[in-house]
Amino acid sequence: MRSKRDVGAGERLLTMRGLRIDGFTDDRWLPIVKGVDLHLDRGEVLGLIGESGAGKSTIGIAAMGYARPGCRISGGEIDFDGIQILGAAPAELRAVRGARIAYVAQSAAASFNPAHRLIDQYAETPVQHGILSYPEAAANAKDIYRRLDLPNPDQIGFRYPHQVSGGQLQRAMVAMAMSCKPDLIVFDEPTTALDVTTQIEVLAAIKDIVRQFNTAAIYITHDLAVVAQLADRIMVLRHGLTVEEGGARAMLAAPKEEYTRKLLAVRTFTKAAADESESATVLEVDNVWARYGGTDAGVNVLEEVSLKVGRKTTVAIVGESGSGKSTLARAITGLLPPFEGRVLFNGRELPASCRRRNKNLLRHLQMIYQMPDVALNPRQKIRDVIGRPLSFYFGMHGAERAARVRELLEMIELSDDFKDRYPPELSGGQKQRVCIARALAARPELIICDEVTSALDQLVAEEILKLLHRLQEELGITYLFITHDLATVKAIADEIVVMLQGRIVEHGKKEEVLTPPHHEYTDLLLSSVPEMDPDWLDNLLQKRRAA
Amino acid sequence: MGLLQLVAKRLGFGLLALFVITVLISLGVEVLPGDLAQSILGQSAAPDTVAALRRELGLDRPLHVRYGEWLFNFLQGDMGTSLANKREISELIGQRLLDTLFLAVAAAVVAVPLALALGVLAALYRETLFDKTISMVTLGFISLPEFLIGYILVALFAVQVNWFPAISNITPDMPFLSQLYASALPVAALTFVVVAHMMRMTRAAIVNLMQSPFIEMAQLKGIAAARIIVHHALPNALSPIINVIVLNLAYLVVGVVVIEVVFVYPGLGQLMVDSVRVRDLPVVQACVLIFGATYILLNLTADILSIIGNPRLRHPK
Amino acid sequence: MLFLKEFAKAGWPAKIGMAVILVYLFCAIFAPLIAPYAETEVIITSPWVSAEESGTLLGLDQLGRDLWTRVLYGARNTITIAIVITLLAFFIGMAAGFFAAVVGGLTDQLLSRIVDIIMAFPTLFFALIVLSILGTSVPVLIVVIAILDSTRVFRISRALAMDISVMDYVEVAKLRGEGLWWIMRREVLPNALTPLIAEFGLRFCFVFLFISALSFLGLGIQPPAADWGSMVRENAAAITYGIMTPLVPALAIAILTIAVNLVVDWFLRKTSGLRDEV
Repeated sequence: MRSKRDVGAGERLLTMRGLRIDGFTDDRWLPIVKGVDLHLDRGEVLGLIGESGAGKSTIGIAAMGYARPGCRISGGEIDFDGIQILGAAPAELRAVRGARIAYVAQSAAASFNPAHRLIDQYAETPVQHGILSYPEAAANAKDIYRRLDLPNPDQIGFRYPHQVSGGQLQRAMVAMAMSCKPDLIVFDEPTTALDVTTQIEVLAAIKDIVRQFNTAAIYITHDLAVVAQLADRIMVLRHGLTVEEGGARAMLAAPKEEYTRKLLAVRTFTKAAADESESATVLEVDNVWARYGGTDAGVNVLEEVSLKVGRKTTVAIVGESGSGKSTLARAITGLLPPFEGRVLFNGRELPASCRRRNKNLLRHLQMIYQMPDVALNPRQKIRDVIGRPLSFYFGMHGAERAARVRELLEMIELSDDFKDRYPPELSGGQKQRVCIARALAARPELIICDEVTSALDQLVAEEILKLLHRLQEELGITYLFITHDLATVKAIADEIVVMLQGRIVEHGKKEEVLTPPHHEYTDLLLSSVPEMDPDWLDNLLQKRRAA
Repeated sequence: MGLLQLVAKRLGFGLLALFVITVLISLGVEVLPGDLAQSILGQSAAPDTVAALRRELGLDRPLHVRYGEWLFNFLQGDMGTSLANKREISELIGQRLLDTLFLAVAAAVVAVPLALALGVLAALYRETLFDKTISMVTLGFISLPEFLIGYILVALFAVQVNWFPAISNITPDMPFLSQLYASALPVAALTFVVVAHMMRMTRAAIVNLMQSPFIEMAQLKGIAAARIIVHHALPNALSPIINVIVLNLAYLVVGVVVIEVVFVYPGLGQLMVDSVRVRDLPVVQACVLIFGATYILLNLTADILSIIGNPRLRHPK
Repeated sequence: MLFLKEFAKAGWPAKIGMAVILVYLFCAIFAPLIAPYAETEVIITSPWVSAEESGTLLGLDQLGRDLWTRVLYGARNTITIAIVITLLAFFIGMAAGFFAAVVGGLTDQLLSRIVDIIMAFPTLFFALIVLSILGTSVPVLIVVIAILDSTRVFRISRALAMDISVMDYVEVAKLRGEGLWWIMRREVLPNALTPLIAEFGLRFCFVFLFISALSFLGLGIQPPAADWGSMVRENAAAITYGIMTPLVPALAIAILTIAVNLVVDWFLRKTSGLRDEV
């Protein structure tokens, strides 16, 4: 497969051989990276991909001879353009860092110094390395800000980090990395914390600038579709070892390893379309308005929201951060009583506040949360977590309760000995399963799933979605699925509700919403979800420019 | 919330606390079983002596009248007279207040730079032998009662080797250097008391800061270590460090009381303790208000300075 | 038992600390059995008779009583009072703190403002005022210091309970329909316990030092009861004669606080490492 660019191709820039990195946990050094070989040519973009704990970030910054506190590089060799990085003198390392290899972190908000203006932080690297004078660097900054499409490029540099929005700050950090025109930039999950529509802007900016200056890059991410847009070559990592390595297009077209195949297949699960027969309405939200901070003060977070959820269907509520989708869940559950409008359950109006709802009403409406870590009390055994709703709602005790707990564990595909464990001993996916079991224990009619897969690794998330789907088939549960991730929506929804700034902008059957013509915002949202196709970003940008 | 509002709120709380103290004292006197005069003089006192003291304390008049009168006089600088020796309280306090200030300021001048230097060094060389030693030693000092530190200094420097006086007899007409010499041991003791706390807090603030992602970013930009500390860490450390200093100065105000007793130093703390012992309420009240006001003022300064030191609050959106 | 198993793995500072604490507790409980003399028994009516001359371990005090006996009884008096005060302070502070956090609203505002006012003022000065109004006696000391100290416990318990009650698992319990009491007992308390245990150690040290300081100033535990702080004050004059035995009770105070600090240090390090077993 031909490289996307051939300028300078073939000239070796970075070589890592047998890299080993240890992390300090439980009073011992344990290996995180267990002998990884990596090479990169001038101007080439290498995607490092893997799930959490794969060691990808650690490898990325090791290229700069840096190990985070609690980590140490314990073996191997790193050669950067003839410089032996491991064992280099501090002054020698300093000359490389920032000037020849730059770093772009995941959170720009935390990585910019809050005490200095953006432009001063941009200029610091070239000035300190003796490459440019301050006025030259400042002039460059404005130029780069312009190229990265930052608004008001001549002025924005004079702001402090907390005065700039998240997506813009992330681009300002990309700009800062370019300040010395380095040979290599390490991008460490630079778009993970952003909304899809913002992610596009940052991705486009990165792709543009790397091309313009023919900079080599290591792009670290857990999202194969994102890396497909940028990388010439991809390396798949798992548990600190290389799984597979190869040209981006070749790998996407024909992955060699089972694990890579799984990662690629991750977004292919789709539930069969629900039978067309109109089912009875379980939940109805009727013209709901809500705001935080009482009825007099504050801005509305929900305005005029109405929707119906049919029995045994899955309705997905989609929107970006701040769209009001989670607030809608709080309004339905009665944690944030709406100041206007009604919520009806099986045709009966629910008291607005959950405090005024009786046990039976509460039982039928269960919730599963985004972060299984904080949704489970770390001090309660799994048997108590799942058992409490059983005794609370059904008065079950002793052997009867134990038998039901076993049954529920079976349903979520966990073995019986999990009942004596505490949540901190479980993995993220297992915890989320326990949360599902706790919801099922109440024998609910409706479960509200609030971003239930977004804190999980993709393969694990997929398993959870399949489980939820199976449970729906078997038990006839209705789901209200709140998410920002359109891939999840495509997988599991029967109906889609699109929210923007507290209002519903589009609502319909999945096929209707997903096929054009869409509402303008739905279109933006849908088109912003990265696809595995390496040409997707280029095509999209072209199309958007043409429009 | 704006800077001014924050400051005003803090100041308000401080004044309210002082006010509440004075009200509590008045109420406390009122609800005492029997009454204060009886309780001070003891059960066996002659009835007319008790009556005389009661008149002197103004206990024969209603509470709010007494309180109003006291507050009015106090605000004009008239703190009333001592029960024990009938002297004007303002006269009793004047010189002693200056002496106490002298002691506290001298200790602060030594302690602040010392604690900051040690704290910053321990943070920069953390987990080294130096850091661990310092951390153990200061932990020890924090656990010591203030008076033990005082007596150890006496035992070492006034008894074993006779370098400094064990008792600080200072008088207003002494030359400055003699005063300093006479109060060397109390200053040293007070310094030890404060340095341990201040150093540990400084270290914690710096360590916390050095773990921020923006410091890692500076390192990955290839910035020299010295510049990282001066340019990246310091501007952000300013507000926590100022907070540490002022909080410990406030702590020093308390420590001074015990240290004065150890060295029989003729300061306000000594006077206050003696007055509590003989239950000379007007004097105790005056001393507590002076100490309390100082403490509150210092805390207020810490608040204001740390707000000014915070770039996010200095440059609002 | 898990605690013992974990503690076996602790470093030597924590083990020494624990050993010291156990020795102190032993002395405090069995003082009358270990002590060679009675608490206020005068052996020779002459101050500061040396150890050799009087045939005792540490010599005699300013009234001619056996210093070692007084130190043992001091352990009993001072440690007991400090523990009682700390327990009382935790009882008041935790109850009020959890209550304020879970109930919120006006109750929370009121309690928090009262605590703000008390804390705007150094504990020592508050205590001095109250003592000069009410006079010094053990019950007054216990109640006054416990109330003053409970403000610190209130702040911490409230903050902990606030942090915990925004957790999703508390929301789950609320949505399940659980009552306030159940939520406080089963969801909030178990998760606040670890930091509160550590805080108990630190508060005990503070109370212990505070009482010693008050006694040293002559405003705490009153003679003839043996108490470490007052012993230092009563015998301080001997130091200027080069007799160091008055430092023994002061050292006893220091060693206990250091020991407690060492154990708390280990405990904090152990529990902050996300090990949820204790």
